[in-house]
Amino acid sequence: MSDIFLEIDGKEVKATKGMTVLAAAQSAGISIPTLCYHEKLEPFGGCRLCIVEAEARGWTKLVVSCVYPVEEKLIVRTRSEKIDRIRKTILELLLAHAPDSPALHDLAQVYGADKNRFEKEASFCIHCGLCVRYCAEVKKKNAVGFVDRGIRKEISFIPEIASKECNDCKECFPLCPTSYLQAAFVLTEALVFPSSSE
Amino acid sequence: MDIDRIDQIIDKHQVAASSLIQILLDIQSENHWLPREALERVGERLEVPSSRIQHIATFYKAFSLVPKGRHEIHICVGTACHVRGATRILDTVEEAIGIKSGETDLDLKFSLETVNCLGCCALGPVLEVDGKVHGKMSPVKTADVLKNYGTKN
Amino acid sequence: MARLNSPEALENFRQEILSKRDPKKPCISICAGAGCIASGADEVIAAFSAEIEKEGLQAQVDTKGTGCPGFCERGPVVVIYPEEICYLQVTPEDVPEIISQTIKEKKVVDRLLYEDPVTGERAIHESDITFYKNQQRTVLCNNIKIDSKNIDDYLALDGYSALAKALSKMTAVDVLEEVKKSNLRGRGGAGFPAGRKWEGSRNAPEPIKYVIVNADEGDPGAFMDRALLEGNPHSILEGLIIGGYAIGSNEGYIYVRQEYPLAVKNINLAIKQAEAYGLLGENILGSGYDFNVFVHQGAGAFVCGESTALMTALEGRVGEPRPKYVRSNVKGLWERPSVLNNVETWANVPLIINNGADWFTEIGTESSKGTKIFSLVGKITNTGLVEVPMGITLRDIIYKIGGGIPDGKKFKAVQTGGPSGGCIPEEQLDLEVGFDELTKAGSMMGSGGMIVMDEDTCMVDVARYFINFLTDESCGKCVPCREGLRQMHRILTNITEGKGEEGDIELLEVLSETAVEASLCALGKSAPNPFLSTLRYFRDEYEAHIKEKRCPALSCKELIAFYIDPGKCLACGICYKKCPAKAIDGGKKKIHIIDQEKCTNCGTCFEVCPPRFGAVAKISGKPVPPPIPEEKRIIIRKSKNNE
Repeated sequence: MSDIFLEIDGKEVKATKGMTVLAAAQSAGISIPTLCYHEKLEPFGGCRLCIVEAEARGWTKLVVSCVYPVEEKLIVRTRSEKIDRIRKTILELLLAHAPDSPALHDLAQVYGADKNRFEKEASFCIHCGLCVRYCAEVKKKNAVGFVDRGIRKEISFIPEIASKECNDCKECFPLCPTSYLQAAFVLTEALVFPSSSE
Repeated sequence: MDIDRIDQIIDKHQVAASSLIQILLDIQSENHWLPREALERVGERLEVPSSRIQHIATFYKAFSLVPKGRHEIHICVGTACHVRGATRILDTVEEAIGIKSGETDLDLKFSLETVNCLGCCALGPVLEVDGKVHGKMSPVKTADVLKNYGTKN
Repeated sequence: MARLNSPEALENFRQEILSKRDPKKPCISICAGAGCIASGADEVIAAFSAEIEKEGLQAQVDTKGTGCPGFCERGPVVVIYPEEICYLQVTPEDVPEIISQTIKEKKVVDRLLYEDPVTGERAIHESDITFYKNQQRTVLCNNIKIDSKNIDDYLALDGYSALAKALSKMTAVDVLEEVKKSNLRGRGGAGFPAGRKWEGSRNAPEPIKYVIVNADEGDPGAFMDRALLEGNPHSILEGLIIGGYAIGSNEGYIYVRQEYPLAVKNINLAIKQAEAYGLLGENILGSGYDFNVFVHQGAGAFVCGESTALMTALEGRVGEPRPKYVRSNVKGLWERPSVLNNVETWANVPLIINNGADWFTEIGTESSKGTKIFSLVGKITNTGLVEVPMGITLRDIIYKIGGGIPDGKKFKAVQTGGPSGGCIPEEQLDLEVGFDELTKAGSMMGSGGMIVMDEDTCMVDVARYFINFLTDESCGKCVPCREGLRQMHRILTNITEGKGEEGDIELLEVLSETAVEASLCALGKSAPNPFLSTLRYFRDEYEAHIKEKRCPALSCKELIAFYIDPGKCLACGICYKKCPAKAIDGGKKKIHIIDQEKCTNCGTCFEVCPPRFGAVAKISGKPVPPPIPEEKRIIIRKSKNNE
C-alpha cells in the first residue's frame, strides 16, 4: 500500500492509493459536508455537496470529493466563494422539497441557504439514495428501488418483498434525511401490500 | 403473453443479464407492453432483483407497463419539428382522439406519445402511426391521416 | 459463397463483381432511406419494377433502393446512372414517363428536375444542384450508389480494401499512428482526438478491450448517423474492425437507437453478410485476427448517448453516467478499456487508411481536419444532410447550400449542437464551422444538428423547449441537473406565459452556474447552454416577456391575441367557417370580429385569411382594440363606376 501525500486546506495529509479525497480529509479531521455519503456504502456522488477545488499540474477544477481518488501532490481547498455559492444553491434546491429536514436545516445555517428561494415541490424525497443503496448493498434484499428518471424520478417499495422483510428490519429508516422514506413505506403498506389471504 | 414465449426470448439472448434491455425490448415489441408476469419471469431467470427491473422498465421510454392501444401514434417533438409547428400537430391529434400525450383511450384503440426524434427532420413536422411515418404534416393533413384509422371528426 | 480467406481472394472477388457490371448500363437508384420511405419511396420502387417488367426492359435496366443521399425534403429522390440525372419528389404516376422519356429516349423530364428558387434554372445532374454543388461529400457520396442490403455494391466501390490493407500491410501500431497523424477528432460532439483515445486503450494493461459505435444520435434535429448506418453500414463496420485491430480488441458493439428500426435492420443484415464473406468473425481474410460485433438497441433515453451512460446501458442497467475521473478508454465497459466513437468518426477511418493521413489533413482547418456532415433543418429552403469541409462559414452553409430562408422571412438564429449547444445570431454568421470556433461564440458544433430559425421563432421559447427536453431526459441522479433544470423549466415556462418577474434572469444564471460547475455529466454541464446563448444575443426578448408581457416573435400562445383589422376585412367568411372554437362573429358583408373570450389562440384564422386581404394580425404586449360599433361593420362595396 503506497502512501500518497496531498494538501487539504493548507494541511499536509497522508493517504493511501485508492482512497477518496473525502476519506483522506475525514482521516485528517477536516470536515466536508455530505448528504448522500455513508461509510458502509459505495460512494454515490449524487448530492454534490462535497464538491471541492482540486489543483494538480497547474490546473484547477471542481471535483466531487466522495468519488475523486487522491493523487500525489494534489492541492485541495474545501471552501471558496464559488464552492460556498454552489453548496448554498444545492441546499436551496433541496429545501424546496424538504424545508423541515433537520440535516438540511443545519447545513443551511452554515451556508446561509434560504429555504424559500424556490417554490415548494410536492415530493419531499431528495434522492440521496441512502435507502435504496443500503437495502441493496448491506441487507441485499432490494426491497426499495428507484423508478423513472429526470424530474419524475422517485423511490418505490417492491410490495412483495417489503411486506415480508421490512417490518422486522427498518434499518434504512434512520438514514432518511427527510422522513420521506417512512411516509412512502406507510403508504405502500396501506395501499398495495399483498393481503395475508393471497 | 405465455411463459414459453418469454423463455424463448430469454434463451435467444443466452440468459445473459447484460441483455436485460434487449430481452425487454423483444417482449415489448411483440406484446406491445410489459405485463408483471413477464417481468417476474425475466427477473427469475436472469437472477436480477425486481427493483432493478422496475427501474429499467420505467427509466427507458420504449417500455410500457400498461397495455397500449391497437394503434400507436407518435408525434415527433424534436427541435426541427418543433420549430416547424409540431405543437399544433399534437394539439390536433389530442383533440381528434380525446386523449393527451402519454395516454391510451378507453377502448384501447389509440395510444399517443411524443417522441424526441425519429430522424426524419427534413420532413418536419412528423407523425408516426403504427410505425409508418408521415412527413410535412399540417393540422388539416393530420386530421386526414387520422380518418384512415377511424377517428370521429 | 466461400469465405474470402486472403486479401488476394478479396481483390479477385471484387474484380469478378466489377466484370459482371457494365458501367454504361442504365441504373435507376431510388433512395430507400427512412425519409424517402416516409414520402412514398416504397411505392415508387414498386412502380419502377412493374413498369420495367411491363416494357420488357429487365435485361436493359437495373433498379435499386439505395442509401440516403441527404436531400430528404425533396424526396423521393431518384438518380439515373450513368448520366447522373437527378429527379426529385417522384411519384408512382411519374414512373411511366421517366421510363419512356429518360430510359428509352434519353430525354430529360424537366418538371422533375431541381429548380433554383432565385434564377428558376433547372439542374439536370445531381452535381449541378446548388444544394450539392458546394458540398464535399467524401463520406456520404456512396450512399446513393449502394443498395445497403447488398454487400457486393460496397465491394464494387472498393469496400473493405482499407481493412485488407491494414491487416496485411500495416501493423496495429501503424494503423494507430496513421489515425493519430490524421488528427481525426470525434464527430459525436466532444471532438476528442480519436488517435489519442485509441492510444490510451492500446496502452492500458488489461488484455480484453472493446470498440463501440455510438449510434444513439439523440440530438433532436440530427439524422446524419441514421443516413450513414442505413445507407452505408459496411463503411462503419470496416472502420470498426480496423479500430479493433489498432487497439487490440476482438469484440465490438454497435449501440443503435431503437427509434431507427431501418438502421437496426440494415446493420444486422450487413453483419451477417460480412460474416459470410469472412470479413468478420474468425481469422479475417486469413490474417489471424478475430473480431466479432454485437448490436444493442437503445430503449428511448437521450442520456444513453453519453459515453459512460451508453456503456452502462450495454451492461444491461439504467443509463446513469459515471464520473470521468478515470477515463473510459482505460476503465469503460465492464471496467475494461473501451474506445467509443461516433458513427461518422468510424466512417472516416477506412478513408484515412486508404488515402492516407496527409490526404485527410489537407481538408479543413488547422485544428479541425476533414469534413463534417450537418443536418440542415428548420426554416431553410434546401433541407437535408450537408457534408462540407471544416472551415466553411455558417453563412455559406445557410445561403449558398441551404438556399436561405423560405417564404421571404428574415433569418434570426441558427441553433447548433443540440441541447448542449446554443443559438448563433446573424452578426456571427461568418464564423467558420469547426470544433473550437463555435464554442467561443457560446455554442458548439456538436454532432451536426443545425436548426435554422426565422423571425417567427421566439428565443425564450427555444430555451424553454431545450430545458423541457432535458428535464425529461436527465437521468435524475445529481441535484444540480435534476433540481436545477426543474426550477429553470418552471421559471422559463412562467416567462413565456407572462408570469415572469424581476430577478428571474439572475436566478436562472445562478442555476446555470451550479449546473455547469457541479453536474455529474456533460448533459447537466451543458444543459444551460441554450439559455445562456439566447440570453447573450437576445436579452431584449427576455426583457420584453418579463417587463412588458410581450413576445416580440408573436409566438408565445399566452402572450398573443388575434385581431381582425376592420380596415382590411372584406367578410369573405373563410375564417368564420374554419374557426374550431366558433369564436368569430360575422356575416355577409359584415366585418368579422374575434371574440377574445372564446378564442383559443390556435392561429387558424391567421393562416386561412387570403394573403390579398391579410386582415388577421397577431398582437402582443398591448391590449386588443375594442370592437368597432355595429353600424361601422357593414361593408359597402364600391361599384366599378365610383373607382
